[in-house]
Amino acid sequence: MKKVLTRQQHLDLYYYMRLNRAVEDTMVKLFRQNKIVGGLYSSLGQEAISVGTAYALEKKDWLAPMIRNIGALLVKGVPPRDIFMQHMAKYDSPTKGKDGTSHFGDLENLHIVSPISMLGDLIPVMAGVAIAGRYLGQKIVSMTWIGDGGSSTGVFHEGLNFAATQKAPFVLILENNLWAYSTPVRRQVPLENLADRAKAYGISSYIVDGNDVADVYSTAREAVDRARAGEGPILIEAKTFRRLGHAQHDPAEYVPKEMRAYWEARDPVERHEKFLMSEKLLDAKGKAEIEKKIETLLAAEREFAENSPFPPPELAEQGVYCTGDDCHKIAPVWERPKSEVMPPKSSVAAVWAVEGFGRGKVSGGANAPIHFGDTPANEPVEESKPVSRAAPKSSTKKLVKAPAPKPAAGRKARR
Amino acid sequence: MTMAGTNGSPVTFLEAIRQAMFEEMERDPAVVVLGEDVGVYGGAFKTSEGLLERFGWERVIDTPISESAIIGAACGMSYLGLRPICEMQFIDFIVCAFNQITNFVAKGHYLWDAPAPMVIRGPSGGGVHGGPFHSANPEMYFVHTPGLKVIYPSTPYDAKGLLKSAVRDNNPVLFFEHKFLYRRIKEELPAEDYTVPIGKAIVRREGRHLTILSYAAMMHTSLEAADALAKEGIEAEVIDLRTLLPLDEETILQSVKKTNKCLVVHEDTRTGGIAGEIAAILCEKAFDDLDGPLLRVTSLDTPVPYAPTLEEAFLPNAKKIFTAARELARY
Repeated sequence: MKKVLTRQQHLDLYYYMRLNRAVEDTMVKLFRQNKIVGGLYSSLGQEAISVGTAYALEKKDWLAPMIRNIGALLVKGVPPRDIFMQHMAKYDSPTKGKDGTSHFGDLENLHIVSPISMLGDLIPVMAGVAIAGRYLGQKIVSMTWIGDGGSSTGVFHEGLNFAATQKAPFVLILENNLWAYSTPVRRQVPLENLADRAKAYGISSYIVDGNDVADVYSTAREAVDRARAGEGPILIEAKTFRRLGHAQHDPAEYVPKEMRAYWEARDPVERHEKFLMSEKLLDAKGKAEIEKKIETLLAAEREFAENSPFPPPELAEQGVYCTGDDCHKIAPVWERPKSEVMPPKSSVAAVWAVEGFGRGKVSGGANAPIHFGDTPANEPVEESKPVSRAAPKSSTKKLVKAPAPKPAAGRKARR
Repeated sequence: MTMAGTNGSPVTFLEAIRQAMFEEMERDPAVVVLGEDVGVYGGAFKTSEGLLERFGWERVIDTPISESAIIGAACGMSYLGLRPICEMQFIDFIVCAFNQITNFVAKGHYLWDAPAPMVIRGPSGGGVHGGPFHSANPEMYFVHTPGLKVIYPSTPYDAKGLLKSAVRDNNPVLFFEHKFLYRRIKEELPAEDYTVPIGKAIVRREGRHLTILSYAAMMHTSLEAADALAKEGIEAEVIDLRTLLPLDEETILQSVKKTNKCLVVHEDTRTGGIAGEIAAILCEKAFDDLDGPLLRVTSLDTPVPYAPTLEEAFLPNAKKIFTAARELARY
């Protein structure tokens, strides 16, 4: 059942959408002042999706944004200055200027995985996050986003299929904004509803109006709850429209004017504002307060960002490897007894059970045939020539050795 | 319970790898294994034999045929503190996940302080008539990728010790297992836990007339050639590189400064192989010490052919190494 929103939730969604838009408006100004080092990508008109979906997550949950999910980052707790500094390649940015845009993450606190430009890669990564969380007993959900265009990549299929076979607590938001750079969705996907892709993986899906933040949120919340409860991955198609070009350089003249006008009339921020006003959840005074709050916040955040220097050139050669102990601080957080995943409790019969047909046998054994590489008959196994090597370290720690493989059962080894 | 290795009996290269995974999983519940057919079947080469039975379905995961998903998921798992070991059923298939490895996994620490402690391992190399898609040596694609470590051992002792180091390393490590060696060599292993450091080459045979640098199966072929050379009075120093990234320049330079001649032997194809990189290093750092050209004995610049006669022509062998070394020794 879809969740009915409280007044505070409605106002939070409104605030984050306004913040999302204001952050991007500020960056357009910075771009025009030549202060953005690389490209600038806009989520104008898609704010309800980033905000509504991320708002459905709990603090402990994990997300991985795409380039048009600034709103999701803001909801998760990223300060606007980090987003400004990323775009301006500043030293104080999360990546210290090594990457731009929304390409940054925070493993330790906010549980954000950085996106990369190769679309779809995050799907198996976030499936892995979800599986690891379940393994550790954390009851987390992971979420990432993909576009109509990105849903045609091979790794979209590999990732979602794998997540489905594992019943991973994972929610995938498919933002169908109708354009992949200059190519319309019809030339990319021969489907009316991209949510139909879920059928191929035997998983549940939803279709939402991506410009209705309350609908996006309540649907996402339901999906997140179901994933957390163990129902497996869920796909949500959010139907929307990319109002600007692929990036700032692109005037998107390939988009029919009428199409743009149609969607401009369905602006998600104005729409939610109208709803709040009509329901008396917000008045002109309240709106002005929110605007003031955002203006003050962003002025300070922008000032901080502008004052941050570029990174020193010597940084270019640093940090390729994690060396020493303090670059890896991630210890697994166990929220279930470790003994459950350690022998003897973890031990199982290593056979497949096939419904209606019983169970297979244990395969293998010490001399079981192996794929190429088996020893030919005229070449007996012999000890390698003595080789010099460092003396082994002595250790007092008790070491459980691997049990020798069982002799091959019921068949002769290929020799 | 029957224990392997504890009674001093020698174990195969294959068994050394299995023991390393087994012992690491026993030591640390953060270690998990995923790949195609690694669970019930125990792997196409039986390297993960017995792991599922002991550690269960959550820690030994049979995956769909989806190399990008295997690598991506392992990377995601590492973000929560797990230490996944991914098996590529044949290392040839690692290129199906090339983007995931080179763009996502390898760049994470540099770009956003996200170390990905994970191991990608699998059977590689030719000489077993596996044909063009089951015999590859794709190590150099990855040696050219900053952020990865690349290991290619040649003995059971090193395979076990280096695989343990790889699991405990905080970076993504590629671990190539030459399948020709799987059941062809045996070695007695210490009963206790040990590791072999990543990034350290080792002198397998000392000599003074020239240095032969090699790794994996070709290390054994190089030793065979060195025996033959010795009969002609040429004492070759044979060095096993063991790790290709980072390369142990110190050990290489030390030897070449002593012998003044260097021959590189690898089963990888010629163009873009590690020999070229070593040649550049020697020109930069030991030019005045060289008394002859750097020579290389490598596979041909072709796909790995299937027919035994063709594959034999493709691969380096002791005779080719012997001939090249003798030519180099004349300088």
